[in-house]
Amino acid sequence: MTEPASPVPAGEDGTEAPKAPLSNKERMQIDRVAMPEQAGDLRAHNFEEVNLGLSYQLAMLEAERCIQCPKPFCVDGCPVRVDIPRFIKSLREGDMAAAAESLLNDNALPCVTGRVCPQETQCEGVCIRAKKGNPVAIGYLERFVADWAQANLDQLPRHEPVLTGKRVGIVGSGPAGLTAAGELAHKGHDVTVFEAFHAPGGVLIYGIPEFRLPKDIVQAEVDRLVADGVKIEVDAIVGRTYTVPELREDFDALFLAVGAGLPVFMNVPGENYKGVYSANEYLTRVNLMGAWNPESETPVLHGQRVVVVGGGNVAMDAVRTARRLGAAEATIVYRRSFDELPARKEEVHHAKDEGVRFELLTAPEEVIGDENRWVTGLRCSKMELGEPDKSGRRRPIKIPGSEHVIDCDLVVVAIGTRANPLLTGSAPELQVNEYGYMIADEWGMTSMPGVFAGGDIVRGAATVILAMGDGKRSAQAIDSYLKGVWPPEGVDPRGGEKAVTAG
Amino acid sequence: MRATPWATIPGFSITSEVPLHPVVEREQLSPNVVRLVVEAPRIAKVRRPGQFVIVRKGPGGERIPLTIADNDPEAGTITLMIQAIGASTTELTALQVGDAIQDVAGPLGRETDLIASGHAVCVGGGVGTAVLLPIVRALADKGVHVTSVIGGRSKDWVILEKELRACGDVVVCTDDGSYGRHGFVTQALKDLLEAGGVDAVYAIGPVPMMKAVSEMTLPYDVDTTVSLNAIMVDGTGMCGGCRVTVAGETKYACVDGPEFDAHSVNFQELADRLTTYRSFEQQALARQADQEAKGACATTEVQA
Repeated sequence: MTEPASPVPAGEDGTEAPKAPLSNKERMQIDRVAMPEQAGDLRAHNFEEVNLGLSYQLAMLEAERCIQCPKPFCVDGCPVRVDIPRFIKSLREGDMAAAAESLLNDNALPCVTGRVCPQETQCEGVCIRAKKGNPVAIGYLERFVADWAQANLDQLPRHEPVLTGKRVGIVGSGPAGLTAAGELAHKGHDVTVFEAFHAPGGVLIYGIPEFRLPKDIVQAEVDRLVADGVKIEVDAIVGRTYTVPELREDFDALFLAVGAGLPVFMNVPGENYKGVYSANEYLTRVNLMGAWNPESETPVLHGQRVVVVGGGNVAMDAVRTARRLGAAEATIVYRRSFDELPARKEEVHHAKDEGVRFELLTAPEEVIGDENRWVTGLRCSKMELGEPDKSGRRRPIKIPGSEHVIDCDLVVVAIGTRANPLLTGSAPELQVNEYGYMIADEWGMTSMPGVFAGGDIVRGAATVILAMGDGKRSAQAIDSYLKGVWPPEGVDPRGGEKAVTAG
Repeated sequence: MRATPWATIPGFSITSEVPLHPVVEREQLSPNVVRLVVEAPRIAKVRRPGQFVIVRKGPGGERIPLTIADNDPEAGTITLMIQAIGASTTELTALQVGDAIQDVAGPLGRETDLIASGHAVCVGGGVGTAVLLPIVRALADKGVHVTSVIGGRSKDWVILEKELRACGDVVVCTDDGSYGRHGFVTQALKDLLEAGGVDAVYAIGPVPMMKAVSEMTLPYDVDTTVSLNAIMVDGTGMCGGCRVTVAGETKYACVDGPEFDAHSVNFQELADRLTTYRSFEQQALARQADQEAKGACATTEVQA
């Protein structure tokens, strides 16, 4: 495990920080720092974190690049509305405790978001400095402060909330559920989170691999919430162990954040051959069940030539995992071109550095197997891009006569997920749309009064941070609902409280 | 800086509101089948026949699907019948009264679709007999006439005969003729089908047995239900590992099953997919035997 680079305890700074504040002109002259990372050829063979984190010196230097906009776009660009200029200001003043407190106040899982958020399309994408060069590395700074906070919790002030006596049940312990849990516990509510698996974290532990988000980081974030009074009940499958109506009777409000858990398969011949995994199964075996460790009791097939079908972040996670499990050849098969890859650019770049091959404009048509029905190849066709479709992306069209076989011994299907009907099936009162996703209003309230929902089960497969935004927004709405104020006042449906300004 | 190195342990341990599940009763049913009664109050309250749980013995353990053979809502217990096949199931069968299982999640799967009246033949092979028992009991409770046909290699491998007899007729078959009829369960089933008046067949056991039962009942046009023991991780539809082809469509054994119309199931594919981890299972068993041998040596050394 890589230790984060020398976080300096609060109070010991001063020697590193510049004596006089810099002018904005001086700030603009500082180049964006680079994230130290493990070399591609080295990390392709281990499960340790790729990004090593900024050193104290690099973090202080990067923090100086922020020009503290009076009307910061970055805050608007953040789904949980972290007050970015504020924590950066505290950081560069060397007041780590204040920076950490500010960050934790806005974001329940900053160690997670500092690692997995697509900052380039959010806070950093709208950073004023991005107009003329590189944006402030907000994600790197968030991670730096969050990691410091996790290591120095004793230096942070403890807020003892006034207990309300109200009970809130949260179904699902992924990013949306945990964020809502933290937010509601801070407001003094008695929170219980129900998790179907044996460990909390949802996609943070079963989906996102160790090398991108170490599991002890997730555990420490969960431990912090538990220390704040959040109760977690594992092995509790809502829809089977309990039903939604039962829980509704036990709790004053519910927040349903069960994710979009069902895998989508390609629906091509040969898909049930041995050696075809959904990305969900492949990643769950490796991450949650620890099959990356040869000592694990849970097995996973180690392919020598692995093809991952899909171009999103999950596909990148799967293909990079395959490399680490020893695949000599790990290939992404994606039916559109490089520009349409839905994955974060950083993930694509990391995958390339690790020797991942990209077969773009290629669509699978059949899984080929041997006489024992083990996978031996994937028959594909080449595609070209036609007119844009509903999603606005150019539609791939098959090129006749371009069929070819990619030899492989493992195929991982990472082409998306859909809603799991297990929970909604137990509550006919809950309205769902034609795809099985829950219907919720701008506050996340479903068709059942007092029952809120957010994250992928409402919006369809999306990102960790959007789920967290939903969790935060619904937690604030639930707080208002429990106080008898409805519709909520002072809550921004996009997540985060509206600034209360006088006049 | 980090509190507990989760990542160094395959499978994590975590603060949980749910206490461990102590074993309150244990019975050795056959040389490799054990009956365990474990505390699982949440599940005991709501479980229906045909449903299963996913059990994980402790940190680092595999998630194993096991059918719930019985439940006692008042006592807050469920009954599990476990056959020692691989390393993980062998560990579970070694549990004694007072030991505890860390995780028991469920109840999972759909409940059995039971006929309401008439004559049902319930065919069990090996540990499948244990899975069959709750179905036989539920049918008997409805007033259905049940004939159970159960089999084993020899007398020692025949399980739950007494319990099944309490619910109706029982025909026991052994491969070596050491007890009951000499031969396979399918031969006994054929006689019953020939005699007529069979309204439904429920068959649970090894895949070749279920396949043979399915082929046998097809010409008699008798509705036949089988319970599929596909490989799965979560049991909630999330991994898709348990996919089976039923009537040409992909179904998930965990949420769409575990029971399906036998005449529509692609048994060949199921049997095949069940062999996916065979080499891992053999390695794990070898490792386990090796550790036991080492453990025995260590004990000897201490004693010496």
